[in-house]
Amino acid sequence: MSPYGLTGRFLEVDLSSKSIRETRIPGYIYRMYIGGRGLATYILWRELGRKWHEIDPLGPENMLIIATGPLTGFYPGIKLAVSGKSPQSNGVIGSTVSSDVAFSLKAAGYDGIIIKGASQDPVYLYIEDEHVEIRDAGKLWGLKGSGLLEALRRELGSDEPSLYIGPAGENLVRTAAVMSRWFHAAGYGGYGAVMGSKKLKAIVVKGCGPLPRVADQGEYIKLWREVVERVSQRRIFRQWGTTAGLWETGYDTSSEPIMNWREEWHNNKDFSHLALESKHWVKNPWADWGCPLACMKVSKTVIEGKIYYTDGPDYEMGAYLGCNLGVFRVEEVIALSSMADELGLCGIQTGNTLGFALELYEKGYLTREDIGYELKWGDFNSLKRLLEDIAYRRGMGSILAEGAYRAALKIAGLKNLDPGELLRYTVQVKGVGVGAHGIRSGKDYPQPIAYAGSVQGGDHTSVAGLPVDNDSSEAWSVFLDSGVVCMFTAVDDSTMIKYLNTVTGWNITREEFYGEIAPRVLSLQRILLLLGGPDATWDPRIHDDNPPRFYEPLPSGPYKGARVDPSDVRSKLAEYYKGLGWDEYGIPTEETLRRLKLYDAVEVARELRERIEG
Amino acid sequence: MPVKGQLWILVDYNLCTDCRLCEIACSLKHENMIWPEASRIKVYEPYPGVPVPSLCVQCPDYPCVNSCPTKALRVNEATGGVTVDTGLCTLCGKCVEACPGRIPRIVKGVSHVLICDLCGGDPECVKACNMAGYNALRVVGKPASSVVKLYARPPGIIAEELRKKVLG
Repeated sequence: MSPYGLTGRFLEVDLSSKSIRETRIPGYIYRMYIGGRGLATYILWRELGRKWHEIDPLGPENMLIIATGPLTGFYPGIKLAVSGKSPQSNGVIGSTVSSDVAFSLKAAGYDGIIIKGASQDPVYLYIEDEHVEIRDAGKLWGLKGSGLLEALRRELGSDEPSLYIGPAGENLVRTAAVMSRWFHAAGYGGYGAVMGSKKLKAIVVKGCGPLPRVADQGEYIKLWREVVERVSQRRIFRQWGTTAGLWETGYDTSSEPIMNWREEWHNNKDFSHLALESKHWVKNPWADWGCPLACMKVSKTVIEGKIYYTDGPDYEMGAYLGCNLGVFRVEEVIALSSMADELGLCGIQTGNTLGFALELYEKGYLTREDIGYELKWGDFNSLKRLLEDIAYRRGMGSILAEGAYRAALKIAGLKNLDPGELLRYTVQVKGVGVGAHGIRSGKDYPQPIAYAGSVQGGDHTSVAGLPVDNDSSEAWSVFLDSGVVCMFTAVDDSTMIKYLNTVTGWNITREEFYGEIAPRVLSLQRILLLLGGPDATWDPRIHDDNPPRFYEPLPSGPYKGARVDPSDVRSKLAEYYKGLGWDEYGIPTEETLRRLKLYDAVEVARELRERIEG
Repeated sequence: MPVKGQLWILVDYNLCTDCRLCEIACSLKHENMIWPEASRIKVYEPYPGVPVPSLCVQCPDYPCVNSCPTKALRVNEATGGVTVDTGLCTLCGKCVEACPGRIPRIVKGVSHVLICDLCGGDPECVKACNMAGYNALRVVGKPASSVVKLYARPPGIIAEELRKKVLG
């Protein structure tokens, strides 16, 4: 029998052989890894762990995993985990997206999909309950987001939940996202490129059945009501969403990326949620499936006769496609965010790369001849062009399509420069651009080791932190991303764990979650991250660190002069690793691996240590 | 707050967030499971920010009830809601054809047609919508006017009109 709250089944689709089968996941595996990110990590370890270093994330050997978890559909606020070997970090990232595909998959009878191999020709996957088909996507290939959704509607005769890629994913841009519902993206990790490498344009899921049974229906309904009531009280969040960060994260906490992070403070009142609310929000609030919070907004603007729609822009889009590029006119931020949605680009990673390119241009490392036109901070028209050049891999865009880390290495190679000279302008950790929450002022939530110690690099939704055993550590992201639920509708960890037990019938304690389950997932993620390869491999002594920029003093604002202290980072990292049972390199010790029942990782961990100690 | 006499669910499209708590609550009430496909109220959103909740509006002349060849559909005089005798319904689809908005639904895995029965006077969808503070659905006394029937329109048509207003 499958565990409560779950179907116990994954669809396994091999696009090389065009074969489709079902795979059953035993109940004890869910109990050890929960679902979503945790389960995806387990599957990747089991299937690819032995040859991880050789696997090209954009080759047919890589797998794309789409996974729900036991809380999906049951806990208010829906999320879906997308994973695989990341073409950004060469490790595993649990990239989450708000998508109705999450509930629909379960309603179709599956907890997730494992996609292997690669098709020769463009295809899309159509799932209607037990009926699964690999269909021709010749006519869909090349379409941008909204055009694709319209074409699918014409082809299917109705709107069905879907995941898809835009041109960026098709062109294997490493900052491409897996998209859903016009504006939603699983951005971190670059899984849009993985989907593109498999020639998989879309996954459509029509699930007609009920969600699986829960262990305790009476208690479940009680908890569901309690959470709906609690979360619906977050009225300010509902009214402004994360967009409020455009102003607050700059002015209040000095932690907003401005012009490739040279500053983190601003006092530009026009660059705020208020400017968007009064002029551009045509729908507010707007929600995802089952959500009592509704933090989204649909915004609209018209520039030179062209209409642009996007969500929000939410804080991350606004910061990274706005002030990080010197763009402070909210109309233009809507337009750039809308273009990223349509092209299927992750706004965070791409905005991070664009900021890097603008700085290189300003400093003279990149020239008009390199780009084909002039680049300037805040220049909307050239940024529009560069965004498209990246998505279609045209000219220098093709190099920037590799993301800031790899682009720095390539440009340094072209220009015969020491890579370090350009890497110092990248604001990324292990190939993953840092989310729009800085650490220099110490006033925002991420701690000094947030990114340096994360198994997902710069991912601001999965940050390392002390103490290890509570919701300020990356352990908590493991819970949310494996559950799989939204961080914004989550409540206190005790209630969340109780909720999980009520749905599944498990008896997980707080101690077991923080002491065993989360460290198990993090340890496997850490090992796979350090295995890395084939194009980049991380050395913890070098790469478990902040971007150089975070060690420069903040140049303005109330926290002017603040910077991260390197010795503080070293000592806190050591404490964090120790807390997780990892050695001084952040490699799980043999004792830890055995305690976590990761016996087959012991040998690999030993080899990793030997590699580092040379 | 229950109203006296027959009731009606007033829908405000502007306030609907597309959260689907109504579908969840409806299926929990009627099927004791989260089963959106089997919900008596459905929200359609063909364009971003343009959700359209669709449910029975209890037309004064009840064309669905009159079209039913097996007398499976009846009007609950106390609430005004339409009830389905699940033993009599043959899924012939005549009620769907008779409905000006084609609102009754025939879905996989349910042996009878799905029509909102107003939960016997205390609709769960409205309670969920109010509990979340969205208030896109409200329980009101049934309007005496024939205007009620004007609301029985296919959600796709309503969405096209709303799209022009919301998205321009």
